[in-house]
Amino acid sequence: MKLLTKALAATALAAVLSTTAQAKTLVYCSEGSPEGFTPALYTAGTTFDASSHTIYNKLVEFERGSTNVVPGLAESWDVSEDGLEYTFHLRKGVKFHTTKDFTPSRDFNADDVIFSFMRQKDPNHPYNKVSGGTYEYFGGMSMDSLIKDIVKVDDNTVKFVLNQVEAPFIANMAMDFASIASAEYAAQIEKTGNLDMFDQNPVGTGPFQLVAYQKDAVIRYKAFADYWGGKAAIDDLIFAITPDASVRYQKMKAGECDVMPYPNPADIKAMDEDPNINLMQQEGLNVGYLAYNNQKDKFKDVRVRKALNMAINKQAILDAVFQGAGKAAKNPIPPTMWSYNDKVQDDPYDPEAAKKLLEEAGVSDMKTNIWAMPVQRPYNPNARRMAELIQADWKAIGVDAEIVSYEWGEYLKRSSAGEHDTVLLGWTGDNGDPDNFMYVLLGCDAVESGANRAKWCNEEFNDLLVKAKQTTDIAERTKLYEEAQVVFKREAPWATIAHSVVFMPVSTKVKNYKIDPFGGHIFYGVDIDK
Amino acid sequence: MFGFILRRVGMLIPTFIGVTLVAFFFIRLLPGDPILLLAGERGISAERYAELQHAFGFDQPVLIQYFHYLTGLFHGDFGMSMVTRRPVWDEFFALFPATLELSFVAIVIAVVIGIPAGVIAAVKRGSIFDYSVMTSALVGYSMPIFWWALLAIIVFSGWLEWTPVSGRISVMYFFEPVTGFMLIDSLLSDQAGAFESAFSHLVLPSIVLATIPMAVIARQTRSAMLEVLGEDYVRTARAKGLRRVRVVGMHALRNALIPVVTTIGLQVGVLMAGAILTETIFSWPGIGKWMVDSISRRDYQVVQGGLLMIAMMVMLVNLVVDLLYGLINPRIRHR
Amino acid sequence: MSDTTQLIENVSRQSTKAVLKEFWFYFSENRGAVLGLFVFLTLVLLALFAPYITPHDATMQYRDALLVPPAWAEGGNSSYLLGTDAVGRDILSRLVIGSRFSLFVGIVVVVIALVGGIILGLVAGYYGGTVDTIVMRIMDIILAFPSLLLALVMVALLGPGLLNAMIAIAIVYQPHFVRLTRAAVMAERDREYVVAARVSGASSLRLMFLTILPNCTAPLIVQATLSFSSAILDIAALGFLGMGAQPPTPEWGTMLAEAREFILRAWWVVTFPGVSILVTVLAINLIGDGLRDALDPKLKRS
Repeated sequence: MKLLTKALAATALAAVLSTTAQAKTLVYCSEGSPEGFTPALYTAGTTFDASSHTIYNKLVEFERGSTNVVPGLAESWDVSEDGLEYTFHLRKGVKFHTTKDFTPSRDFNADDVIFSFMRQKDPNHPYNKVSGGTYEYFGGMSMDSLIKDIVKVDDNTVKFVLNQVEAPFIANMAMDFASIASAEYAAQIEKTGNLDMFDQNPVGTGPFQLVAYQKDAVIRYKAFADYWGGKAAIDDLIFAITPDASVRYQKMKAGECDVMPYPNPADIKAMDEDPNINLMQQEGLNVGYLAYNNQKDKFKDVRVRKALNMAINKQAILDAVFQGAGKAAKNPIPPTMWSYNDKVQDDPYDPEAAKKLLEEAGVSDMKTNIWAMPVQRPYNPNARRMAELIQADWKAIGVDAEIVSYEWGEYLKRSSAGEHDTVLLGWTGDNGDPDNFMYVLLGCDAVESGANRAKWCNEEFNDLLVKAKQTTDIAERTKLYEEAQVVFKREAPWATIAHSVVFMPVSTKVKNYKIDPFGGHIFYGVDIDK
Repeated sequence: MFGFILRRVGMLIPTFIGVTLVAFFFIRLLPGDPILLLAGERGISAERYAELQHAFGFDQPVLIQYFHYLTGLFHGDFGMSMVTRRPVWDEFFALFPATLELSFVAIVIAVVIGIPAGVIAAVKRGSIFDYSVMTSALVGYSMPIFWWALLAIIVFSGWLEWTPVSGRISVMYFFEPVTGFMLIDSLLSDQAGAFESAFSHLVLPSIVLATIPMAVIARQTRSAMLEVLGEDYVRTARAKGLRRVRVVGMHALRNALIPVVTTIGLQVGVLMAGAILTETIFSWPGIGKWMVDSISRRDYQVVQGGLLMIAMMVMLVNLVVDLLYGLINPRIRHR
Repeated sequence: MSDTTQLIENVSRQSTKAVLKEFWFYFSENRGAVLGLFVFLTLVLLALFAPYITPHDATMQYRDALLVPPAWAEGGNSSYLLGTDAVGRDILSRLVIGSRFSLFVGIVVVVIALVGGIILGLVAGYYGGTVDTIVMRIMDIILAFPSLLLALVMVALLGPGLLNAMIAIAIVYQPHFVRLTRAAVMAERDREYVVAARVSGASSLRLMFLTILPNCTAPLIVQATLSFSSAILDIAALGFLGMGAQPPTPEWGTMLAEAREFILRAWWVVTFPGVSILVTVLAINLIGDGLRDALDPKLKRS
């Protein structure tokens, strides 16, 4: 009977909560479970939030809230005259986490750097095949062909020798896959033979260390007291895994979340009016696009692509899909990025002109499809709805499109194989370099590798990008990229749809949170009132 | 009796083999290459692809793969998740207590409400009570529970703000699992408010999940009771002037419960199907949600291992129900 | 020689009228069943004439009328009786068109499951032995998996979509029909009239379909009705999980899935599709109860 009364009192839950925690605890309602805790193995932002942004450090890091590269585990670095050798001078006195399985006997040094990169580069490395062993970002950023050698100069100096001049290299070193793990810990585990443990019980140098992970429910971290940058302001960091956006909002209102990512656009207005929520916003480093499969005959004529572009009512998409949380896109890179060419004129919304253009191209009764992603992304909060709108727009100029959707992995695979006619997708920047948008998504190499969903290889465009890659002078690179954007617009391999505006509802108790332009969620440097 | 048990268990063997075949080959037939999926949108080199094919054994003939799979099963090896790289067995048992707790509470609710409602409805046949119980049971039985769950969230979490909307317990409480049942663990943890939190998280999903079994049990109990009440010995007892409560309680109910117990046993499959929807909506970290997520992630090995384990569970429960029934009702043993 | 069979069949045909009359007598005694039948027939009419009834085109997006509440609620608009969804489509029109999908799915699933089940059940029951064992073990295997889970995996295998979802559900429902038919056949197989027919030289096919089958229709009809309603529920569940009909098809479960993000903001987009499913399923289940009472006095009590 006592139990029952106790149980009935449970409804007054929210009040109980605030009294249970004495330490400074920040609850982040994350959108999903991490794939694991070794950033190099995975690609999901959710995984990086739970690993590289908390547990690990990189040699160089992005300054929180910006795309500037600042020193991390390396205090400084030099580039040789020919641009092929990067020498990193490592920070001294950096401690690794102490866990129940591992007590570090030494500070961070060059061996850890070499271990972390060679695991990904060398197929004969003992850890190379552990945990599935695909290093997508390492391969995707072409690091294996780029890095010729990694040399330990002394305990605190490491030299990277490159095969060719690659201007974005230093920005790549700040990316998640470049997280540094402990070579000593790896060696200790190797003796036990159970190499999988290395990835399950992570040890890093980062500001937070993992306490417990309950699958699909919660991840707990505590602040690492000996962190080289000083202990984090919060004591405990909790990721409450909450896949449903409306549920996250609900929890936020109930005071069960302090920070939540990816709100429903539909809820933005109410959040803005809520006195307990600080609704932060920033233009995201991303672009949502519709790629025409240029290998299909029906899209080989640029007039067809242009006509379809002109038929799309972007304003309607911004209203219905982004509900105001977006900005129409005209270039393949976002406006916050250097070299964004604001002089480029977007294709106007003009169904009549579009119809005429189609007639000119001799196209009638066109049938096609629109692939719509099954998942919500920052650059496209609801691809299905977007597809429905485009479908209706195209119907108005006599083009019949069928909406196709697959499960996410299947979708990526089939679209990279070029099975689509047109596909909705997008991109969030990895390293803040225009190369990372244009070359990765539209370069000729990417047709083969699959990331170029438009299957579009234009010599003029590609030459400009290759040239920019090999130039270290920013002003000169800017010019090249601006020119590339003009070519892009003229050829219209994509319909550029929108850049999202990232909204981040943060409790007013939370101090000093900054939106990460890369779409990550970073809690070092954040404080909370109790 | 022993022979009966042997026969029943023996009958399970071909079914079990069939189930492993289904789990194994279904998954092989799924479109989408698991290794390419692992590699994601940036693709994978040909050498690397071949290496991984070999590592997973996908380069061997399917029959050999099946053989390895079967031998693995006997060593408790149900494969390894392709997304998280953890053994399927570990993941299953990490999440299973959540499903068990939810289903158990649901079935308790269904029995505690369903049986008395059915009994009273039968005893007061034709009354308003009977009429309303049968109407609600029919509505419950016809309920799309995923919608029912959404409605419950709108009303109880949205409007009334009585219950939380997802998860098993507030993240503020942290204790090592002992039994895996959050209700019990929260009490053992001695943390103030933990039990209340666990309880309030459990209320909505368990009621939603209980809806269909409750309706089925109420209907079944009522008709079983009506049948028994109409039989001679009950009439005799009543004629002898035994009190109504005693007649209903002692004689009729005991006999009526036999088919009801079978019905309850058969709800396991229903509960599993219900758990898929309920867990997905309430973000309940259990087996049902795990399966749905794994299917959509094309995590081959998890779908395969999960399917098999769930089927084994259903078979086991059915076997137990069968044996119990045989124990209660000797006639069936010799069929 | 075959006169005897002929005679038996004639007798059963003559009595058909009387049987129907008796059936209606019992069926109409059950008020719930009659109500269910009435609702169901209304739904069928709605589905048949859907394109003429709907106030709007179900796929038309009124971009100036996004998420308009129902007519009677504050901010409602009488042109959209039940409101509009997130892209401005009229919910009432979508629901009416949606009834076509649900009823169609129900019928197709039941027909596939029924035909397949009858054939397998007849064969298993009539021949017995190895054939019987194999068929029944396969059915056991299907039954070992929770139906929705098996359907989900099958749809994942075949690819999401309405047609594949129907096939998957029909396969999952198969065992119930097989078991019923087989049990009935085994009970009838050695009855006098069957033996008489066999002695008089009737072929196996004739015996199975014309002599035995008509005598086990009652439980099959009841089971078919139950499956009809379950199929509507399951197809909606698959749609809800994103594995059934794909947007923008106005299938009720798919509509619910699309509406989920508005759950705390626009109750009408969530409520009405669910009500439609519930009412339809309820009506069919009411009919099912009535049928059971009317068709099979033995089942009446249970």
